[in-house]
Amino acid sequence: MDVLDLARMQFGVTTVYHFLFVPVTIGLSLLVAILQTLWRTTHKSAYLRATKFWGKLFLINIAMGIVTGIVQEFQFGMNWSAYSRFVGDVFGAPLAFEALVAFFLESTFIGVWIFGWDRLKPGLHLACIWLVAFGTMASAYFILAANAFMQNPVGYQLNETAGRAELTDFGAVLTNPVALAAFPHTVFAAWLTAGTVVVAVSGYHFMHRRDLDVHRPAMRLGILTTIVGGLGLVLSGDSLGKVMTATQPMKMAAAEALYQTTYNAPFSILTIGSLDGSRGTPIIEIPGLLSFLATGSFNGEVQGINDLNAQYQDLYGPGEYVPYIPLTYWSFRAMIGFGMLAVAMAVIVWWFTRRGRLPEHRLFWPIAMWMAVTPFLANSAGWIFTEMGRQPWVVFSLYQTSEAVSPRVGAPTVAISFIGFTLVYLVLAVVALRLFLRFAKAGPPDEEGAMATSSPSDDPDKPMAFAY
Amino acid sequence: MELTTLWFTLIAVLFTGYFILEGFDFGVGILLPVLGRDNRQRRAMINTIGPVWDGNEVWVITAGGAMFAAFPHWYASLFSGFYMLFFAILVGLIIRGTAFEYRGKGDTDRWRRNWDRCLFTGSVVPAFVWGVVVANLVRGVPLDANFDYTGSIWGLLNGYALLGGLTTLLLFSTHGAYFLHLRTTGDLADRARRLGWKLGVATAVPVLAFLLWTQIAHGNGASLVLIVLAVLALAAGLVLDYKDRSGWAFAATALTIGSASAAVFCALWPDVLPSTSDAANSLTHENAAATQKTLGIMSWAAVVFLPVILLYQGWTYWVFRKRVMVERIPVA
Repeated sequence: MDVLDLARMQFGVTTVYHFLFVPVTIGLSLLVAILQTLWRTTHKSAYLRATKFWGKLFLINIAMGIVTGIVQEFQFGMNWSAYSRFVGDVFGAPLAFEALVAFFLESTFIGVWIFGWDRLKPGLHLACIWLVAFGTMASAYFILAANAFMQNPVGYQLNETAGRAELTDFGAVLTNPVALAAFPHTVFAAWLTAGTVVVAVSGYHFMHRRDLDVHRPAMRLGILTTIVGGLGLVLSGDSLGKVMTATQPMKMAAAEALYQTTYNAPFSILTIGSLDGSRGTPIIEIPGLLSFLATGSFNGEVQGINDLNAQYQDLYGPGEYVPYIPLTYWSFRAMIGFGMLAVAMAVIVWWFTRRGRLPEHRLFWPIAMWMAVTPFLANSAGWIFTEMGRQPWVVFSLYQTSEAVSPRVGAPTVAISFIGFTLVYLVLAVVALRLFLRFAKAGPPDEEGAMATSSPSDDPDKPMAFAY
Repeated sequence: MELTTLWFTLIAVLFTGYFILEGFDFGVGILLPVLGRDNRQRRAMINTIGPVWDGNEVWVITAGGAMFAAFPHWYASLFSGFYMLFFAILVGLIIRGTAFEYRGKGDTDRWRRNWDRCLFTGSVVPAFVWGVVVANLVRGVPLDANFDYTGSIWGLLNGYALLGGLTTLLLFSTHGAYFLHLRTTGDLADRARRLGWKLGVATAVPVLAFLLWTQIAHGNGASLVLIVLAVLALAAGLVLDYKDRSGWAFAATALTIGSASAAVFCALWPDVLPSTSDAANSLTHENAAATQKTLGIMSWAAVVFLPVILLYQGWTYWVFRKRVMVERIPVA
């Protein structure tokens, strides 16, 4: 295996692993902020207990998000130094902005929020979690703007002598149509993910009929977030699909394994046989849907892989410009399918728990809880599709992935770090999951405990409200 | 001022700030098994940095991001060239960051012991390796015409760099001891003071050797002034700690780390990564830089956001200024 394969595998593992935690963090920070706001405005202790309970689960998550995020930033330099030299002038700025605007905010105020329960006035303490929630969203925006440059380079000019892309219009980089479409898509995915997790964890306590005064409002909030996230995903996914068709038509063709340019192109839900264009056998097909997704009209023209490949060969020289089709085809379906399952689960749970009802069937809650894995699968599939669908480019139409690796870093070096990081991630994933489940099952603190640790206190002998 | 000069300065400031801030929380992690006699004492130690370590770490993330944007070649050469060093730092930071959050969430001794090991290792390794990184930075490494490092990991483990590692390791430990003296009470603070004094004396040897070596091999007028300042501050810290003036002692090691780091960056200037193979391949603040356009935009961002960041981060230190008493650690 060569450096390129190893570096790509490492990028994939780091990114997918990092993004297991990111959406939950974005979504839960908002939900915790809402719960704490409800407590401040209604003074109902159930909301305080819910805040404490979900705050703890949120912290288990954000810890992993933070530590894996550092690797994300530094691996560009470590494994992809040629890429870093080529795009640094354009790509570095949003990363630096993320650190300055968002990361400082998140990391500073999360510490204040965790330790500040007995140190700050309640309003100020509440503001801290809102700042964290805002920081996570701002963070997402800058990262997506950086990624959007890789999908659809804008606001730059190519400097042939320096051999790099140079920034000409930072506003264009920040308002890249891909970023504008991907940002809401990602945030809705985060809401869907966090909402599903809330429904699953609350579901566990519904099943055991425990602390329902705390879990019922959380459950309602979770269902609402999941459904809003799901609807938002459909709408933002639709606009993202159209932007993608306009900027990266090959990716759209690869999503359907559509080889010939077609009007009224169908969308297949399942296909058996190979996807190499010779004899695909779609089992279920919706006529015209691909055309609609791509162009907004059921009769719209969708360019096929073969035509695009020929066009790209004319434009960019000889070579293959087709991503690995089975992966793009199936990851696209996995993203949509698992996302829809999550929404369906939320709707079903809502129906069976409406107006204080409790479902009786003993399999109802176990199934609902297991559905919490679906948004994670959908998120991972979405990123795999986005990044793999861009291949062989690392920056579409400008720079190929094969040119991007660090030229002087040897395969053994990348292999050692790849194996090292992967092992650390695996151990930490098991630890984090077990911890999450343990605290999820343990349930919220009792009323007395929650109240005792949530008011400002100057008593020097009182135990700290929160300590590591 | 030239924008490349401004950004060289800002990146030096970010790294220097990082070493001062994360320096003491590395120190606390390193001293955990030494000073923390039982679980409650160890918890008290961890809680002195609990609210702030994450904010401290962002300094290096910002330094990395700023380097990527302002000096893409510097970022690319440094991180790909010093690959294994950064791998070690990253693994350290991962297990350490997780340990803070997870240690208190289990209740067996084995669980806590394992996370204590992560905290210790995750503090020792970066504290040492950062010194190796900085020393190699000022010493220079062989670079080819594309500015890529041509050596191996062994080339980075030379005597000067290892001395640099020892320097940061001991300096951060002393800084951490003074911090613990400042932020705890009773027996723990007293033992931190005494250990801080011993560590301070032991630190003086490698610090003097490293700074002297830096001055002779790479120094200039500005670095000399800063090195003298660093040495004086270190001596002052020793006296102040001995006299139980914990706040001033801590300020003194902060000044030592700050001036030593500034001295190294002054010695580095106008290069950002000198080439030892062919001087023409050296990366300088000019040939490593991004365009004026990018630097200009980044400058505005720094002017607007850095003061705000300093204000709110300073405020958090104010909020959590009270000493952490072992007796106030909840029994759970």
